[in-house]
Amino acid sequence: MIPGSFSYHRPTSVQEAVALLAELGDDGRALAGGHSLIPMMKLRLATPGNLVDLAGIAELRGARVDGSDVMIGAMTTQHDLIGDSLLTDKIPILRETSLQIADPQVRYVGTLGGNVANGDPGNDMPAVMMCLGATYHVAGKGGERRIAAREFYQGAYFTALESGDVLTAIRIPTPAAGHGYAYEKLKRKIGDYATAAAAVVLTMKGRSVESCSIGLTNVAETPLWAEEAAKILVGTSLDAAVVKRAVAAAEAITAPATDARGPAQYRTKMVGVMLARALERAKSRARG
Amino acid sequence: MAKSQVAMKINGKTVEALVEPRTLLIHLLRDQLNITGPHIGCETSHCGACTVDLDGKSIKSCTMFAVQANGSDIRTIEGMANPDGTLHALQEGFREMHGLQCGFCTPGMITRAYRLLQENPNPTDEEIRYGISGNLCRCTGYQNIVKAIQYAAAKLNGVQFQEAAE
Repeated sequence: MIPGSFSYHRPTSVQEAVALLAELGDDGRALAGGHSLIPMMKLRLATPGNLVDLAGIAELRGARVDGSDVMIGAMTTQHDLIGDSLLTDKIPILRETSLQIADPQVRYVGTLGGNVANGDPGNDMPAVMMCLGATYHVAGKGGERRIAAREFYQGAYFTALESGDVLTAIRIPTPAAGHGYAYEKLKRKIGDYATAAAAVVLTMKGRSVESCSIGLTNVAETPLWAEEAAKILVGTSLDAAVVKRAVAAAEAITAPATDARGPAQYRTKMVGVMLARALERAKSRARG
Repeated sequence: MAKSQVAMKINGKTVEALVEPRTLLIHLLRDQLNITGPHIGCETSHCGACTVDLDGKSIKSCTMFAVQANGSDIRTIEGMANPDGTLHALQEGFREMHGLQCGFCTPGMITRAYRLLQENPNPTDEEIRYGISGNLCRCTGYQNIVKAIQYAAAKLNGVQFQEAAE
């Protein structure tokens, strides 16, 4: 399978990339790791006339602390996330999630920015970013702007990004020390997209939940932030009855597709199971 | 479409070529450079038969354009043997442990296992299986592939290989 013809550009700065994409308009696409875009191009489902490769822009790579937040460059790969000791220490759910994405070869090349910007409801990081309350830094024709992950996703492959935009970095408020976390993913086989998955970050005060945030993967056209379900859990000790109520609230906001991964009703129930497991594991990891 | 000049190091030798931007790395290797060890299996980034080692990473060469690999340092199965021409420990392991039947997945398996052992010289059985999860074998020979990689790990670490009891 050979993609359609295109011109290749390799800018070395964000400004240069944004200027190129602005000039190219709808005929230009940004290329990150390419592990979603290149397969689509090989199938001729995507036929951009120009690719603007972001790999030559050094400033887009790596993670650093910025005040009470952590900033991660959009071109940081899943493999980089797994091996980064700062991230593993401060936001360990990123490593746990990355290890469940695709396979080693894909993780060496696939990027965090591509994973969150593509708008594929099957991708794992968007729900994790909603769970963490992340903000995306976007450079475009009009300068830089910031978009909350919780407001970024509009439909399958539709996001708040506009033509010519480049997602440059992901800003994540550092979760409290001692927080509990888990990403539970049901898949048909290793490397598969989620049949359903749930991300949980919570803090405990004694035996009671002090704060809780929940993201759900691949059970709607967009990733979901299960705000109501999380609210039900705050102030409780996560006893069986309250978890059941939260699971029901999470299931209620899903609208999955029936596809090769199972019928819609099954996927809704499975995201409930994933959430219950993630809550249990997050609680067991929390200190405080 | 205008062609671009690319240069990369492949198995220790600097190679230059003219490619269209849409030329996939696997097509440059196989069709233009006659390096046919990396295979084309699924063409959909799943099977890992096209795996090569690029700048210290295992990558699927069917999912990267040759222009993206410009300036890189690549190793394929053709560059795996020891400098004196003897087989690399992994190649020896695959032969000794019957780690292949039809052999189609083998170049990708060995190239991937090479990087796995660079990163983790003493992998457990489970770590090997997880580490080669991007490589499919349709002869269902995983059991012996895992043994072959354990054999190579032992040899590279200078210890006697002992097969686990089954």
